[in-house]
Amino acid sequence: MIEINHVDKWYGPHFQALKDCTTSVAKGEVVVVCGPSGSGKSTLIKCVNALEPFQSGEIILDGIRVNDPKTNLPKLRARVGMVFQHFELFPHLKILENLCLAQQKVLGRSHDEAVAKGSKLLDRVGLKDHATKYPAELSGGQQQRVAIARALAMDPIAMLFDEPTSALDPEMISEVLDVMVDLAREGMTMMVVTHEMGFASKVAHRVIFMDQGEIVEDAPKDDFFGKPRSDRAQKFLSKILSH
Amino acid sequence: MNYHWNWHVFWEPAPNGTGTYLDMLLSGLVLTIETAICAWIIALIFGAVIGVLRTLPSKAGSWVGFAYVEFFRNMPLLVQLFLWFFVLPEILPHSWGLWMKQMSNAPFYTAAIGIGLFMSARVAEQTRAGITSLPRGQKLAATALGLTTAQTYRYVLLPMTFRIMLPPLTSEFLSTIKNTSVAITIGLIELTAEARAMQEFSFQVFEAFTAATILYLLVNIVVVIAMRFVERGLAIPGYITGK
Amino acid sequence: MFANFDFDVIRRSLSYLFLDGMTFTLTLTGLATFGGIVFGTLIALMRLSGYWLLGRIAGLYVDLMRSLPLVLVIFWFYFLVPYIGQWLTGSSRPVRVGAFASSLVTFTLFEAAYFAEIMRAGIQSISKGQPAAAQALGLTYSQTMRYVVLPQAFRNMLPVLLTQTIVLFQDTSLVYVLSIPDFLGAASKVAQRDGRLVEMYLFAAVVYFAISCVASFGVRRLQARIAFVH
Repeated sequence: MIEINHVDKWYGPHFQALKDCTTSVAKGEVVVVCGPSGSGKSTLIKCVNALEPFQSGEIILDGIRVNDPKTNLPKLRARVGMVFQHFELFPHLKILENLCLAQQKVLGRSHDEAVAKGSKLLDRVGLKDHATKYPAELSGGQQQRVAIARALAMDPIAMLFDEPTSALDPEMISEVLDVMVDLAREGMTMMVVTHEMGFASKVAHRVIFMDQGEIVEDAPKDDFFGKPRSDRAQKFLSKILSH
Repeated sequence: MNYHWNWHVFWEPAPNGTGTYLDMLLSGLVLTIETAICAWIIALIFGAVIGVLRTLPSKAGSWVGFAYVEFFRNMPLLVQLFLWFFVLPEILPHSWGLWMKQMSNAPFYTAAIGIGLFMSARVAEQTRAGITSLPRGQKLAATALGLTTAQTYRYVLLPMTFRIMLPPLTSEFLSTIKNTSVAITIGLIELTAEARAMQEFSFQVFEAFTAATILYLLVNIVVVIAMRFVERGLAIPGYITGK
Repeated sequence: MFANFDFDVIRRSLSYLFLDGMTFTLTLTGLATFGGIVFGTLIALMRLSGYWLLGRIAGLYVDLMRSLPLVLVIFWFYFLVPYIGQWLTGSSRPVRVGAFASSLVTFTLFEAAYFAEIMRAGIQSISKGQPAAAQALGLTYSQTMRYVVLPQAFRNMLPVLLTQTIVLFQDTSLVYVLSIPDFLGAASKVAQRDGRLVEMYLFAAVVYFAISCVASFGVRRLQARIAFVH
């Protein structure tokens, strides 16, 4: 579904954000990407739907080359859902309108169709009663659940999560993770940048560990937690799991 | 465009007998600059006093400052000039009014004072914004050291405020220069008026206005460059304006 | 001290002052604000487009307009608009353009430079995550601008845009230099005809003051409400 081959990314001439990254995510697979801050994990996931350009290598999404200039990026992006660290709901639109905008403008669905789909998904994330509120009236955890529903409304073939819980207060993390766990169990293809190792051990098939722009470890979940091969991954794990 | 261009017109003698058309425009430029500088001095003095007044704890003081700013801000400059020029001499005691009407250079004095007071309201707002943008701790620290309110302003608040205000003050000074052209309506023969006169005498509309445009642009550029040097000279290391 | 003044002249000329003069002033203000914001937004988008040439052209336009006195610009367009009309219509001689059309072109193009700077600040005030989220949903550049970025920029900048509109309202009085009967021009005509300068100019001052005061009071209320919601 997602193939990443030898991707290099530079910010200016001196700083290399991604170094020869190669990995893939198969259909129905859940892959967790972790690593210290500044390791390039967020950059990598943003390259997948071309929110960030990269200089060499290639990324193929469902058979389409992302970095091909002929690719219709809006059309491609519409097929992949993305959830951001800071939710990025549109503050001037009500919750239901947030869910409908792209359905109508990008997929060309009618207003009624979009509303029906949006309401169904709001119900699914447990926020049916908040449809006519504005984003600022919801808690962080609720906003992130809306953001997930907004992405799902596009019937995506895969979902990208960029640190979906790291801007949340601790007591709100689980409500978001619960939605993600359900999604994974239904067989959604997911690439998740997160530090939530509990989530990883519960539903991930594979774990990728990144450091300084490189993919240091890319292993099945049980191998990763059982016997990480690299020192860096071991150190990282002991730091996050110690408390 | 069937317009007859004649760029040599600037070296032809003007019918008012003071030299060439170019001399005519340059004398207008000189008057523009003189008026602007006189108005600016008035604007700075009155603006600084009113701006400080609005930040004082005294209720009456801040109300007077508020009324002053609203008075000069809510009337078109043109109407204010008419009030000073046509209305004031009529409502003053007869002998004063007569003296004002017979004064030579009345348009110049009216313009300098009228534009000066108009701009002083804007300088006052900048001063107030500058003072309130300083950290509250500055005033507290000065008071804690035993400085009186006057000393606090003189030695602590105003020196910093003045530096913060330099960039906005530069653009207010540029506005003052531009606003001198409004005094064309009370008979001040400044740059725009000279360009208009040249157009009427010579029928070379676009040459006259092009020359005036270039002169205004040059004045702008000179002021901006000069203020950049002043800012650099007064910059304090580690503060926004010091770079 | 007002013994020899005749304030009845105001009552006698009220319908001319308001039905003709103020109508001209308010129509010019409204249309120039609308045109200025539309054109100004386009300039702001050009400036932020990332294309060097477009950005440069937009920047030069803004800098040029902001460096010139409005009075000079009014004269420029008064003489230039007939030639532009000739060029647009392909007619053989400069087109005669009415006072209103000429003023409208002038104020729209002049104020667009100021509105452009306001909209640019508004667009830049929006976090980069917003356009990223819109793009991630598949919205194109123009859809992202139209449905996500510009509505927010416009809303955040509404008080500043309205304040600029009040400035524009006052600036329209400068069409006086073309002897056009806007509100001040009408007052001035009556003043000269009846020799009642003091009465008419005082009255004009009071009217401008009252309208601007009420409007800026409204803007302040709006600002407080917006600050409260955020």
